[in-house]
Amino acid sequence: MRSIKGYKEAAFWTVLFLAFALVPLFKSSGYELMLAGHILVWGLFAVSFNMLWGGTGMLSFGQALYYGLGAYSVGLMFKYWGQAWFLPSILIGILAAVVLSVLVGLLIIRVSGVFFTVMTLAFGQLAWQITFRWYGFTGGDDGIQGVIPPGILGKPAVYYYFTLVLVAASIFCLRRISESPMGLILRCVRQNPDRVRFLGQSVKRNQLSVYMISSAFAALAGGLMAGVDNSIHPNMLYWTTSGEVILMSVLGGIGQFFGPFIGAAVLVVIEDAVGARTEFWPLIVGIIMMVMVLLLPRGLVGEIQQLRARLRSSAQRMGG
Amino acid sequence: MDPILLLDSVDKAFGGLRVTSDVSFSVFPGDISAIIGPNGAGKTTLFNQITGHLLPDKGRIVFEGEDVTGRTTQEIAARGMGRAFQVTSIFQEETVLDNVRVACLSKLNQARKSFRPVRHFKEATDKAYSILESLGLEKHSDRPAFELAHGDQKLLDIGVALGLEPKLLLLDEPTSGMSPDERQLTRELIRRLWKEFKLTLIFIEHDMDTVFGIAQVVRVLHLGRLLAEGTPDEIRSNPEVVTAYLGEDIK
Repeated sequence: MRSIKGYKEAAFWTVLFLAFALVPLFKSSGYELMLAGHILVWGLFAVSFNMLWGGTGMLSFGQALYYGLGAYSVGLMFKYWGQAWFLPSILIGILAAVVLSVLVGLLIIRVSGVFFTVMTLAFGQLAWQITFRWYGFTGGDDGIQGVIPPGILGKPAVYYYFTLVLVAASIFCLRRISESPMGLILRCVRQNPDRVRFLGQSVKRNQLSVYMISSAFAALAGGLMAGVDNSIHPNMLYWTTSGEVILMSVLGGIGQFFGPFIGAAVLVVIEDAVGARTEFWPLIVGIIMMVMVLLLPRGLVGEIQQLRARLRSSAQRMGG
Repeated sequence: MDPILLLDSVDKAFGGLRVTSDVSFSVFPGDISAIIGPNGAGKTTLFNQITGHLLPDKGRIVFEGEDVTGRTTQEIAARGMGRAFQVTSIFQEETVLDNVRVACLSKLNQARKSFRPVRHFKEATDKAYSILESLGLEKHSDRPAFELAHGDQKLLDIGVALGLEPKLLLLDEPTSGMSPDERQLTRELIRRLWKEFKLTLIFIEHDMDTVFGIAQVVRVLHLGRLLAEGTPDEIRSNPEVVTAYLGEDIK
């Protein structure tokens, strides 16, 4: 039973990977590539975010802090030290996110529930303010333009494959973590933290670990995005960016590991389609979101699984 | 023989209300003993202090020769004290197997492994299965815990505690909310688990058939005080206990 489920999931990921790998062969224009790149990067960001929320029950409203940190690590080193720093700066951004998330985490994991959420928002907005105001260093509202990856990575198709491989590897790692004993403990922390203590396990230590893991992958997503867009801007640190991954997770289903990835794909496509047609796109997207959340409260993937479970049980009843 | 658990004049008050009042007793390895008393006698509060969930105001709690007063729940659990709860405390969305397996992984120090899927941890998985078999829950192993009937959820709660291979296991009203038939089965099961896992067991219980059926030692709490301690026969014939709690009809 379990292994069949495992094969099905592996097949699902393989098909998805191949579909993304084929995009540059059919659609060579920069625009579709950029859209597919956005889906990949947002998908990674959303999946890493949902390890915290759907997985462990910690709703962070400030993951943009780490996403932005990853992006600005790339952008600033590019601006001040040159193109050669592009790849190292992605790695440095991840390390910076690890250090910062442990420091911030030690402060804010003391509180839980809505207090935790508000603290994450506060730290996120603080980082945005600093970046926004410090014009001389960060470029303020202008952000940093012309962030072209070095050498062959400068070709959009090559950079796209680079992104695809890193995103696929990251999602694979996150999936392994979620299936591991640690992932099981994290789900247990969400469902019954008191009992986790009675297992001799530390709730806070596990929360800190997942906060760190989630933030590190958010930073990778941010760093990759700098190369997809060839630019960074302070909005990447703004609370709406944190809100975006929450929305993606809700849309795809927070109860499933890969729900947020599907949610990211749907939201990116809707935003793009509506944005191309009207300047009132936030309003339209908002309405679409509201309707989808009302009609599909478990998220797209959650509803599909629910439907399949219902079909299966009714088939069993008919058979029996 | 040294006691596995020793309570030395433990005192606890909530505001002006003394919920535990100068309680002292010793539990020896291999004992199976019951704590009884009317509602509000302080039984669960006492369990909460023993397991580190609450800090006593005064007195000492010694587990395996070491003073554990003021230690955290997590530390005390890691030393080998397990607990099942009055209100079932399991991981509702996880499978029945994973509920027990997470405890086994914790005991085997594998709970922080973060890259190999849970199902590949053979030792923990086998152990979890054998515990489920002892409890008669193995046929439900792949179902999420919330789908189990109430009685089975209570058993699973005990299973989670057993996964830690506790040296001392505290059960808080293991038969509450069960039908008389289920109670009978659970009673037999507890006795069997006690032998099979060579446990030291302390349980809180209101069902007198369970208490007098399986306990070697019975302790009576009344208004936070240890009113009496003795074999089931001694307790049954103790006049103070009869007036305070058991009532005339027990004789």
